[in-house]
Amino acid sequence: MKRKLVVIGAGMASGRMLEHLTAAAPDAFDVTLFNGEPRGNYDRLMLSPVLSGEKTYDQIVTHDAGWYAARGIDCRFGEPVVRIDRATRQVHSNRSSAAYDALVIATGSAPFILPVPGHDLPGVVTYRDLEDTNAMIEAGVAGRDAVVIGGGLLGLEAAAGMAARAARVTVIHLMGHLMERQLDPAAGYLLQRDLERRGITVHCKGATKAILGGDRVEAVLLEDGTVFPADLVCMAVGIRPETRLANDAGLEVERGITVDDQLRTSDPQIFALGECVEHDGQLFGLVAPLYDQARVLAKTLLGEAAAFRPVQTATKLKVTGCDLYSAGELAEGEGREDIVFRDPGRGIYKRLVLGDNRIIGTVMYGDTADGAWFHGLMKDGTDISAMRETLIFGPAFQGGAAADPLAAVAALPAEAEICGCNGVCKGTILSAVAGGAVTLDAVRSATKASASCGTCTGLVQQVMALSLGGAVAEAPQGMCKCTDHTHEDVRRLIRVLSLKSIPAIMQELGWSTVGGCAACRPALNYYLLAEWPLDYRDDRQSRFVNERNHANIQKDGTYSVVPRMWGGVTTPAELRAIADAAEKYDVPMVKVTGGQRIDLLGVRKEDLPHMWADLNAAGMVSGHAYSKGLRTVKTCVGTEFCRFGTQDSTGLGIRLEKLMWGSWTPHKVKLGVSGCPRNCAEATCKDIGIVCVDSGYRISVGGAAGMEVRETEHLADAATEDEAVEIVAAFTQLYRENARYLDRAWKWIGQVGLDWVRARVVDDPDSRRALFDRFELSQSVYRADPWAALSTAVETPRWGPLADLTLEAAE
Amino acid sequence: MTVYVDIGALDDIPAQGARLVRTPQGCVAVFRTLDDQVFALDDRCPHKGGPLSEGIVHGTSVTCPLHGWVFDLATGLATGADAGAVRTFATRVQNRRILIDAALIARMNAA
Repeated sequence: MKRKLVVIGAGMASGRMLEHLTAAAPDAFDVTLFNGEPRGNYDRLMLSPVLSGEKTYDQIVTHDAGWYAARGIDCRFGEPVVRIDRATRQVHSNRSSAAYDALVIATGSAPFILPVPGHDLPGVVTYRDLEDTNAMIEAGVAGRDAVVIGGGLLGLEAAAGMAARAARVTVIHLMGHLMERQLDPAAGYLLQRDLERRGITVHCKGATKAILGGDRVEAVLLEDGTVFPADLVCMAVGIRPETRLANDAGLEVERGITVDDQLRTSDPQIFALGECVEHDGQLFGLVAPLYDQARVLAKTLLGEAAAFRPVQTATKLKVTGCDLYSAGELAEGEGREDIVFRDPGRGIYKRLVLGDNRIIGTVMYGDTADGAWFHGLMKDGTDISAMRETLIFGPAFQGGAAADPLAAVAALPAEAEICGCNGVCKGTILSAVAGGAVTLDAVRSATKASASCGTCTGLVQQVMALSLGGAVAEAPQGMCKCTDHTHEDVRRLIRVLSLKSIPAIMQELGWSTVGGCAACRPALNYYLLAEWPLDYRDDRQSRFVNERNHANIQKDGTYSVVPRMWGGVTTPAELRAIADAAEKYDVPMVKVTGGQRIDLLGVRKEDLPHMWADLNAAGMVSGHAYSKGLRTVKTCVGTEFCRFGTQDSTGLGIRLEKLMWGSWTPHKVKLGVSGCPRNCAEATCKDIGIVCVDSGYRISVGGAAGMEVRETEHLADAATEDEAVEIVAAFTQLYRENARYLDRAWKWIGQVGLDWVRARVVDDPDSRRALFDRFELSQSVYRADPWAALSTAVETPRWGPLADLTLEAAE
Repeated sequence: MTVYVDIGALDDIPAQGARLVRTPQGCVAVFRTLDDQVFALDDRCPHKGGPLSEGIVHGTSVTCPLHGWVFDLATGLATGADAGAVRTFATRVQNRRILIDAALIARMNAA
């Protein structure tokens, strides 16, 4: 007698299982197939081409009515199952019932909906099935605003599909780069760049706060205050296994329905497969392991021995023109090594992760042709030590006798273009070398190769090495061990190539490490915020501890807190607030600083936001005593009180400090304003010093009083206070735009010359005005109190420990 | 077999950052890398006691904020020219929660 098999869910996994089962034993079972959707199985992977209009639904159907009929399958489509009765072995849908000897639950997964205000407004859709896809198509997205929340595989496919239907699409992604599960930041950056070239706006690190609208969706509001208009919102933030039926039936459920290697649930008559199951702590979303499950389950049902063993599968994105590939482990770790290949010119990035001389992970962008080959090496666990030097170049490059990375360059014909900017070919470089140009600089001046954007520098050096036999003339000292580019090159390239993120710089300029180092990251962060004040957002994790925590770390791990005292002037109320804070937080030392303010030393980290909130409440803000930025403006009392004063030096100092506070600079910047040449404010050993005289203001720059003691040099005389202020701000901006990170002003002036500075800041009023305007633009973002931003109710707990296990021990 | 105890959510630690856990055996720095790996080390540089949790995290290394020693997060060993090591502790990440070796709850000389 035939056994009764009931299957809940007509998805890709159960469809494949039924194929195996009916092919192997057509008469073993009477099959009843329930499906909530009013249709049978279709290829869900192909929904993207349906959305983009490249395919129709009919083209993606895998099992039509005839297929089910030929196998005698009792199809009950459009009938969601509402209950499983394990005692009587019956399944009940909303309309009918069926008895089973064996039951297969294949309910798949449900999209996760962010529980933000407005998530239930009309116009908010998910992207899982044909209904969702049709909803997006029928919404008529052409020429309208669509926002996709979630920059993973599904979200990006939805975004690309709607963009292909001429919508204005924005993707909001919570993490720092797209598809963070499959890609590393470099590949994520290249993907973002390609999507942006198709007109898709990408907003990373964006947390959705609310979906706005009256009768239907109108916009999406982020936590940071950004608002994107939206006629349609697609939520693609993730999926969760659909386990409700199994839960109600009392089956064992963790995140998914728990199954063993035979896909059996905690009830021996009931099986489960697909996205609804959890096997050995793991969930499954890609199709390959689901097909494996289908094969195993078909055998199990027929009483044959089979066991499900998940294997590493590769990911590809189904967006035309975005060529990416990811497989295996991408995390760095003990005993793991990376081989990285970047070709900035062609937008190619390849990274192999090696462990124990075997490939354990691969991520590629731009050229994925060798993916299958690497995947094969990875699956087979092939020892790659013999071909390690040239492995990254792929199979076409293996098998020769002496494998040599230079061979790739050697194999290029003489007319191969090396420098794209100046159209210099390999032959030209070789003849320049033959003609005596044996250093990179000499080749640059002789041929212009690598003299423009500079990204081909490494290639030019390789060509030179071919001819010079390895005795390559070295490039100028790179900014750190991660790159051969100098600070100056990097700054220029950030500007020329419009690089707006740290991963963008590392990719386009061929960084040799995956995430930089403690030397280059703070420098890159500064260069980016100085170049793109409105576009770039400061990366706290790339800052040195003092700037990250907005306080100075002391030798015992406590901090010092210095509130700003504008121009060194304070009030009894401020002093009271400082005294109160010192007592309230048990500050071990209160000290007057050389910059005319008060330092509270020995504050515990978790107390910082509380102390800041108290000081904020008394009207005080951060003194930035910790920053590579404006520190203090030291003043004397000037004409207000002093019998020798010639101008209001206190007023000017306060005005300058109010203008410049919060600005980031290559190194610290200290100002002094003295009311007469007696110079009580010691202005002539500051980065910028102003000495007031009867006729106006003498401005001098480049002083220092640290390890190096230097007197300032005269820059300009200003007749009015306004003019003095403009010159000071313009000088600061010129320094911000040109100096190397961690060079004080005097050091930078020594490199460019004071005349060069004067020509731009003093002699040319247009240039001065433009510098001043750019400074103001940047200050429109940075003239803000970081203490206030970091002592909110959300931020305050982050300053304390993550956990306190000493309490648990006491219990 | 290692027994683990939950100390918080993965998202409580910024990527390329660290948070502190107080234990009867001293402060432990729990690091999260850019690719969401988690490591736990003594929060004390063997050089001058600098708080490693405040260092810049790059790849799977951290640079001590006081004098720039660099430690491999996986092994706790100083890299480059410096010689030294800090203790490491087993961690796991499960359902975006961070678990740490429960032995840390025990007092150092529990006897």
